[in-house]
Amino acid sequence: MQELIELLQNPNARWVLIGSILLGFASGLIGSFVLLKKQSLIGDAMAHAALPGICIAYLIYGVKSTPLFLLGAAVSGLIATYLIQAIVNHSRIKTDASIGVVLSVSFGIGIVLLTYITRHSGGNQAGLDDFIFGQAAAMVRSDVQMIAVGSLLIILLTSLLFKEFKISTFDPQYAKGLGLPVKGLNAILMVLVISMVVIGIQMVGVVLMVALLITPPLAARYWTDRLEWMGFISGLIGAVSGLIGTAISTMGDGLPTGPLIVLTASSIFILSLLFGLRKGLLIKVVQRI
Amino acid sequence: MNALTVKNISVTYDKQPALEQVNFSVPQGSLTGIIGPNGAGKSTLIKAVLQLIPKSSGEVSVYENPLKRERNRIGYVPQRSEVDWDFPTNALDVVLMGRYGHIGMFKRIKKKDKQLAADCLAKVGMDSFADRQISQLSGGQQQRVFLARALSQNADIYFMDEPFAGVDAATEKAMIKLLQEWKEEGKTVLVVHHDLQTVRSYFDHCLLLNKTPIAFGPTDRTFTYDNLQKAYGGALSILAQESSFLGRGG
Repeated sequence: MQELIELLQNPNARWVLIGSILLGFASGLIGSFVLLKKQSLIGDAMAHAALPGICIAYLIYGVKSTPLFLLGAAVSGLIATYLIQAIVNHSRIKTDASIGVVLSVSFGIGIVLLTYITRHSGGNQAGLDDFIFGQAAAMVRSDVQMIAVGSLLIILLTSLLFKEFKISTFDPQYAKGLGLPVKGLNAILMVLVISMVVIGIQMVGVVLMVALLITPPLAARYWTDRLEWMGFISGLIGAVSGLIGTAISTMGDGLPTGPLIVLTASSIFILSLLFGLRKGLLIKVVQRI
Repeated sequence: MNALTVKNISVTYDKQPALEQVNFSVPQGSLTGIIGPNGAGKSTLIKAVLQLIPKSSGEVSVYENPLKRERNRIGYVPQRSEVDWDFPTNALDVVLMGRYGHIGMFKRIKKKDKQLAADCLAKVGMDSFADRQISQLSGGQQQRVFLARALSQNADIYFMDEPFAGVDAATEKAMIKLLQEWKEEGKTVLVVHHDLQTVRSYFDHCLLLNKTPIAFGPTDRTFTYDNLQKAYGGALSILAQESSFLGRGG
């Protein structure tokens, strides 16, 4: 308790906590669409593919610069998404296997590059390790501002296009029939997801970023049958997970932030699975009696 | 006047022709059945006409204008099996989707759209199910919701892809009654249909299709043994033996 009060008195830590709340909310909100579009695995591949992008950006410019890292992550995330689709289109390999291949190859390249950097550039690489599991404590003011502004933009755009995303997820053919630009909407959603992954990896890390996209909406689905509420509840769960995970990580002895955020979100998911009002296990048992 | 004119539509899937050179014009106020064996390209035809899938050639005009300019005059009822019924939404919400084209991008749903959607749900006898999650509806009820959604579009031409598949007899009866009302209001309806026995009683026009049109026109002239033979080939003799859909006097 003492530590928590100290934490809240530190202005830097306050900023980090605000950033984690916004990041979690944005992630839960947009994750609802990722989940319903059955693109969870693509999100995972995107996040893992960010690592080689970050390493290559470092190798080219030789400095630790968050904007450059994020640019590298975005480019390699996009390439991975493109590769997954290209493999499916031009071979007999199905989507799941294609995702598996791209995910593991790009993460493999990332780890090799990371090891190379560690061996050849002394202690300077310290910041790069943090991208694997996330490290909120290592973030500086400008990193947090980027997370906050990026998350707010994602929340705003997703809210503005909510009904369009909803119909093109539920019934894309029908949406096309209404004259909605379904391909364009899918592209916008994809860009939003990549942006989400990219701004989230510093805090959550490439390995577990997808969990912050998928676990909150999975939990939220147990509390409502309306997409509007699901998006909102999922956002709240994401925000709470971000807050708790970041607080513990910042207070503790350098525990990585990503796993703590994900463990918090998973606990909320398990509670929802058990006690959720919509098809929660307890309700099901009670209804059977 | 022709509500819909289709010129030379061809579609290929994986380099295999799915539809070849389809031409026909549908008069306003008609109720047309699109009939043909499995794999004849009936659903493909509807999707190509509505530009939901790419076509290799062909043009579609709606009331003598290119289809793009008349989107809001077209209603569509897709196959029920094509959507995820576990989606977190209720019956009224699905019907409201029919208004999205009118409401426009970025704009919020207004009260009058909600009222209209509720009225449409009532017209198909589903008003008491407005708040029901869609997976908790029966097949027939789901189809009624889809019909209400098309209704809320307030369109002039309706395309329906196997609307009677897997629905109960009462729903089928109610739906065909509604289609006939639309027809009397001067609306034009095209329906992909499977059940040869009901063709004569449901539709005033028929399009017999097997990758290419076999016949198009008023049902009594097109729905003949010879044309069905051409469309269905060997499969027809079995169908014909088991039913009397052609009507002896026909």
